[in-house]
Amino acid sequence: MSSGPAVPFSGAPSSPEPPGPPAGRTAPIGGAEVLTAPEITRALTRIAHEVLERNKGGQQLVLLGIPTRGLPLARRLARKIAEVEPDLDADALVGSLDVTMYRDDLHRQPTRTLGSTDLPPGGVDDQVVVLVDDVLFSGRTIRAALDALNDLGRPRAVQLAVLVDRGHRELPIRADFVGKNLPTSLAERVQVRVAEIDEVDSVRIDGAGLAED
Amino acid sequence: MRHLLSAADLDRAQAVEVLDAAARMAATQSREIKKLPTLRGRTVVNLFFEDSTRTRISFETAAKRLSADVINFSAKGSSLSKGESLKDTAQTLQAMGADAVVVRHPASGAPHRLAHAGWVGTSVVNAGDGTHQHPTQALLDAFTIRRHLKADTAHPEAIGNDLDGVTVVIVGDVLHSRVARSNVQLLHTLGARVVIVAPPTLVPVGAHTWPCEIAYDLDQALVDHQPDAVMMLRVQRERMGSGGASAGPGFFPSPLEYTRSYGLDARRLRMLSERAIVLHPGPMNRGLEISAEAADSPRAVILEQVANGVAVRMAVLYLLLAKERETLA
Amino acid sequence: MTTRYLLQGVRPYGEDATDVLVEEGRIAALGAGARDARDAQVVDGAGLVALPGLVDLHAHLREPGREDAETVLSGTRAAALGGFTSVHAMANTSPVADTAGVVEQVWRLGRDAGWADVHPVGAVSHGLAGTQLAELGAMAASAARVRVFSDDGMCVHDPVLMRRALEYVKTVDGVIAQHAQEPRLTQGSQMHEGVVSAEVGLAGWPAVAEEAIVARDVLLAEHVGSRLHVLHLSTAGSVEIVRWAKERGIDVTAEATPHHLILTDELARTYDPIFKVNPPLRTQADVEALRAGLADGTIDTVGTDHAPHPREDKDCEWAAAAFGMTGLETALGIISTVMVRSGRMTWRDVARVMSQAPARIARIDAGDRPQGRPLEVGEPANITLVAPDEAWVVEPAHMVSSSTNTPYGGHELVGRVRATFLRGRPTVLDGRLVEATPAGAAR
Repeated sequence: MSSGPAVPFSGAPSSPEPPGPPAGRTAPIGGAEVLTAPEITRALTRIAHEVLERNKGGQQLVLLGIPTRGLPLARRLARKIAEVEPDLDADALVGSLDVTMYRDDLHRQPTRTLGSTDLPPGGVDDQVVVLVDDVLFSGRTIRAALDALNDLGRPRAVQLAVLVDRGHRELPIRADFVGKNLPTSLAERVQVRVAEIDEVDSVRIDGAGLAED
Repeated sequence: MRHLLSAADLDRAQAVEVLDAAARMAATQSREIKKLPTLRGRTVVNLFFEDSTRTRISFETAAKRLSADVINFSAKGSSLSKGESLKDTAQTLQAMGADAVVVRHPASGAPHRLAHAGWVGTSVVNAGDGTHQHPTQALLDAFTIRRHLKADTAHPEAIGNDLDGVTVVIVGDVLHSRVARSNVQLLHTLGARVVIVAPPTLVPVGAHTWPCEIAYDLDQALVDHQPDAVMMLRVQRERMGSGGASAGPGFFPSPLEYTRSYGLDARRLRMLSERAIVLHPGPMNRGLEISAEAADSPRAVILEQVANGVAVRMAVLYLLLAKERETLA
Repeated sequence: MTTRYLLQGVRPYGEDATDVLVEEGRIAALGAGARDARDAQVVDGAGLVALPGLVDLHAHLREPGREDAETVLSGTRAAALGGFTSVHAMANTSPVADTAGVVEQVWRLGRDAGWADVHPVGAVSHGLAGTQLAELGAMAASAARVRVFSDDGMCVHDPVLMRRALEYVKTVDGVIAQHAQEPRLTQGSQMHEGVVSAEVGLAGWPAVAEEAIVARDVLLAEHVGSRLHVLHLSTAGSVEIVRWAKERGIDVTAEATPHHLILTDELARTYDPIFKVNPPLRTQADVEALRAGLADGTIDTVGTDHAPHPREDKDCEWAAAAFGMTGLETALGIISTVMVRSGRMTWRDVARVMSQAPARIARIDAGDRPQGRPLEVGEPANITLVAPDEAWVVEPAHMVSSSTNTPYGGHELVGRVRATFLRGRPTVLDGRLVEATPAGAAR
């Protein structure tokens, strides 16, 4: 998106470009930062270790990121796991799981763009699948993910890793691995940015009155 | 998007959105479990005033793969008679709880009428109307072309791509073809260069304003334009030569002369570039507009078109129905 | 003793304001002479344009046969409201008006209704079949005194039949009103053939199918020395041919409909059959040519081609719908809006194309109930009063025609009929039908 008209309006005084936000930002940044980039990195490192510990290594492990921001987080976790377990191929650990077509709120929203679902070559049968998402909120996305997974195969176990758990669950779902527990009010908005998509790593809480992402 | 009535309803971004959604849908169709819960509780009515087993089955499959309930309503023959009007039929189906009506009708504009006359409030998908439009056919053709010509190893599904730089030659009975009208518009919207090739008797008066080139000589067009895709339109035999006193003079002297001038045979197949593909909306008249060599050659993607039709129609139903209800315009 | 009416301050032909005294069915006095009008009912005509009662050479009143769409009674009420004192009823009824019996029936229905003079048009061919002449002589000699013959709805396409008809009506000083449509070039046609038809996929009705017949017929009329009236010209080419024929001295007259002067084929993009009509709506260039032709006199008359249809014949898909639109109640508003307000025509021109010329062509400008006469003392008081600047929105539900298939619903027209006098009797006052008058009063 351009920040202004490409051609100045005729008759407008020629003046230097007004100062504005640098190009490339997807949205204005506001609110309080609750996780900085280094903190996000540390949280992911910790989760990677926790995953390995819980599953006694990385064998038969599949990390499925939920698009959009769960997918780069899953890739980072896989790289960190592969650093610890050098015989693992990070790329072969990761897949993406789009849950859009399994959501129960499609009729309440404008049309959602479909993401991709790609499983690692070995599929998910008899694997331990770790679902990776940025924010755990109502739990409905994870409910949809479990349904989607059900149509793709039969994992030995399914676990859940999230960068932020903001509470307000509407379903009996909990995360196995959490980067940060973040008590929020329903009116607040948690905004996760990841460098792969948003050019920066950051988690912020915006005040009331802002639309959901 | 509330209805899909014409390829002209879609701008480039929307057309790419449909193709991308179709790619996602296609990916699910190679799984063991092909059914998705997406449209559970929604009802799709296939309202067919004209025989088309292929199109009906394609829409029916698409709806069922998305877990919608499907009602098939075949009203062939009653379309232009006073017996049961389009309006009454549509209102009956709406009363039965239809969320979308997929309509095939011999009268151009019937789906448009259904969508805009204020008779019903459902979404309307045009599954082919008269000699007007067949937008899902054009979408599946574009999808097939994109998959073959715009995908690479990094983007095997060509997600996000349009058809910029692709040249498509459409050959045959453009005058009576809703497939041609939809394709000319959609392929142009997606950035492709389109050339229609037909005898002048089968080019509509007024087509000079279409966003395509018009040629009368197929051999010359194949040389001049080096097409990446050749789309052969179905030709009805009864339009060739004299079909009896009532039919009047045909649009062409004889089927044989048509085949010689406009048929895709082995010789013309050899004139195509390495990467060029051959499309046909089906059903084919082998030996008339397309020879067996062409139809069965590795370049022919005709069966893929059929498979892609289901994915494209899933995408269209998804985009029309898997969202909050729009208020009536 | 009928009521006397004093029309105060009206402007005959849109010119200087004057008073008009109507008495005993005639214009008794104008201007100063009208001042002595004791007992007269005064009609405040300030600002109103007075025209001779309008004459329509081209309406479908549907009776007998399709009384669900219109009757002579409902159609003539619509005519009166539209400012008409005379309507010609086309022959494509069921049974066809091809015998003295049917035309006399229609004529009598018009007399009984009393809202406007009804002049039946006789069919040219038996049953409109286009093969054999109908009994033109008998229809001419009947009480209906038919002078206009037409197969309207169908073209007299057989050149031999057309020649014979043109020759035959010379005995009664009749005229053949041709619906110019080459049938073979228009089989299954749904709309004008051109850019829009190519896109919307509706079968085309090429301009040449009209022009070829117009060209043939003017030459036939010249050859046999007879009168030809071409109905509803719709193309620029037809206007050119008529212009050429008139320069050549051929006795041809031509008609344009209000809708061909304002609507174009772009409306077919809506697929709403309210815009489906025959001949079809053409392009903007054709509309322009028709306006120019009407203004310069190439086109002699405006005929409504009032074609009522029951709702179900329009509430369907385009191809299944009937051709035609209503027009009696909107004709003057459209001519006012399109031709007068644009400065292309004066009100005197309107009187010419909507009253005098049609009456002359139909040979009803003389005899015991003449129409299309000038607004002069002693002439029959057939008068239409028009509010030239009154803007009004067409409301299909408020039309008095039995059918609502007007293409102008919701559109604003400027210029509205306020009063219509048929031989001194008001059929319309204050823009409303005068219901109480017994039908016999006009006799």
